[in-house]
Amino acid sequence: MARFDTPTEVVRAARATHDAGYRKVNAYSPFPIEELSEAIGFHKDHVSKTVLLGGLTGAAAGFALQYFTSVIDYPINVGGRPLLSLPSFVPIIFETAILLAAFGAALGMIIMNRLPQPYHPVFNVPSFKRASRDAFFICIKSEDPMFDQAGARNFLTGLGAKEVTDVEA
Amino acid sequence: MADKIENNGYVDPRPPVIGPGYTFETLTSKIADVVLMRRFQKGWIFGFGIAFLLALVLFNTIAYLVLKGVGIWGNSVPVGWAFDIINFVWWIGIGHAGTLISAILLLLRQSWRNSINRFAEAMTLFAVACAGLFPALHTGRPWVDYWLFPYPNTMGMWPNFRSPLMWDVFAVSTYATVSAIFWFIGLIPDFGTMRDTAKQPWQRAIFGILSMGWRGDAKHWHRYESAYLLLAGLSTPLVLSVHSIVSFDFSVGIIPGWHATIFPPYFVAGAVYAGFAMVLTIGIPVRKFYNLEDFITIRHIRNMCKVMLATGLIVGYGYLMELFFAWYSGNTYEQFMMKNRMFGPYGYMYWLLILCNILVPQLLWVKKYRDNLLVVFVVSMFINVGMWLERFVIIVMSLHRDFLPSSWRMYSPSLFDFSMFFGTIGLFLTLMFLFLRFVPIIPMFEMKVMLPQAKVEEGDEAAQKEKGTLGGAVPQFGD
Repeated sequence: MARFDTPTEVVRAARATHDAGYRKVNAYSPFPIEELSEAIGFHKDHVSKTVLLGGLTGAAAGFALQYFTSVIDYPINVGGRPLLSLPSFVPIIFETAILLAAFGAALGMIIMNRLPQPYHPVFNVPSFKRASRDAFFICIKSEDPMFDQAGARNFLTGLGAKEVTDVEA
Repeated sequence: MADKIENNGYVDPRPPVIGPGYTFETLTSKIADVVLMRRFQKGWIFGFGIAFLLALVLFNTIAYLVLKGVGIWGNSVPVGWAFDIINFVWWIGIGHAGTLISAILLLLRQSWRNSINRFAEAMTLFAVACAGLFPALHTGRPWVDYWLFPYPNTMGMWPNFRSPLMWDVFAVSTYATVSAIFWFIGLIPDFGTMRDTAKQPWQRAIFGILSMGWRGDAKHWHRYESAYLLLAGLSTPLVLSVHSIVSFDFSVGIIPGWHATIFPPYFVAGAVYAGFAMVLTIGIPVRKFYNLEDFITIRHIRNMCKVMLATGLIVGYGYLMELFFAWYSGNTYEQFMMKNRMFGPYGYMYWLLILCNILVPQLLWVKKYRDNLLVVFVVSMFINVGMWLERFVIIVMSLHRDFLPSSWRMYSPSLFDFSMFFGTIGLFLTLMFLFLRFVPIIPMFEMKVMLPQAKVEEGDEAAQKEKGTLGGAVPQFGD
């Protein structure tokens, strides 16, 4: 794992790592850098799908709840007005859709990121404390087919890393 | 949201949104130290003490209310809705600025919002908590409030989903939940930073749990940003729907003064107006107390003043339209209501409202006043009061004289109406003080995005900079 001190350096190094053929690479930064995830070949996440799923489920559930209670289980005839009075059902359908879509966004993000994960090997690196403050890291994983310890170490040093460390898995 | 920074020799004449000379490290320390310092400052203890005393007044009032019933309030036929609903609408409205700042301004790429959004979102949560107390207690039997929610019960009944009051239950509870989610998601990376910054093991443990093991992985950030943006996209229509639904509580009824189609937009604008006033009321002292002038700059104050001017004018248009439609409808009752509102026994309340909400805020047109913190603070206080008066005018004054003169009656609040109202202010401030002390009040990672050195330089530019030909150029921020 290599440490860099500026966003420009880490993005350039990440691109070089990707270009060199490494595919099992993680990058770490204290704030979101759009170019960094692109650089390691991560272009599309699936959070929007869980949001859509949540929204549709919410809308369907909101409608089903109101239809069941107002039309099937507890019908009340008020001056012959229709039991299925859609316009007055809209606000609650809307609210339940938003509610479940928001759950979809939050849970989708958390679950796909495999959080909560209190322990992770990278936390063993002493300087990794700075990853949430002011330092940027690139980590080549040993599962990578191209990985060999000395080679990866030399490669990262060659990219101008300020510090290269081994992460105990 | 990283703004694309353009620097084609253009120098932005506006004050910066973040003071100069900060690095990633100094920015982190400045914000994190407020939370991590061991000592409690005297000012904090003093403020918290007063706020907590007021909150105790609230708790005692609630205990007495549950014991004796809503009869201890001044509400009485025909004024069945009074301080309880006024305060409910007032607090909900205050909450709306938080969502507006965090969600709508995010979607509009107004990056100046980054430093005030967490604080404004916290305000939303606490305001909604205060707001929720009132309808819950004014049901008279708060211990059976769960009847409001649809659940299969032995009575064999279901709530009436065609009623705006039921919509309100769904809207407000959804709003509270989504605001809490949005707030917490925004805090996760900062809890990670706090975990890595804290010295005490117990602090590290607590922040570690709260951060869920956040480690700043690039892929995580990517999903995080998507989720955050989508939550903003969801909160935007939500916040508009909440106050629209609150206004339906009135406008679906047939009482003159309530039954108006202008209500939803007029209520939403009023909510944003009140909310920004409250952000300024709290933000100006906090910024001073914690020396955060570099993060909440005069630019923020100016922008918020402009938002208040705009929404204030929409509210003014609402008042004008109420007047116009009372006349245009040709309806005797509507016309009487308007006449009674302006020249009836509570007429002075209406003119005070015009003074607070329409006349005084016009001072903000003058740049000199927008830059004067004292003036801005006083104006925002006027607006806080004015928005409360607006709800009094709409709710109590429409009810106290309706169609039948034999049922007219004046309304007078009791001691407990006031102790509840001021008590919720105490509760709000108590929560606010706790928040200021224990949570990073300014989102660190979003502020880092705005630092000039956070920009990734591409190709030529980077090469030039290395040679020193481009050195020293400080990029300006787009708004």
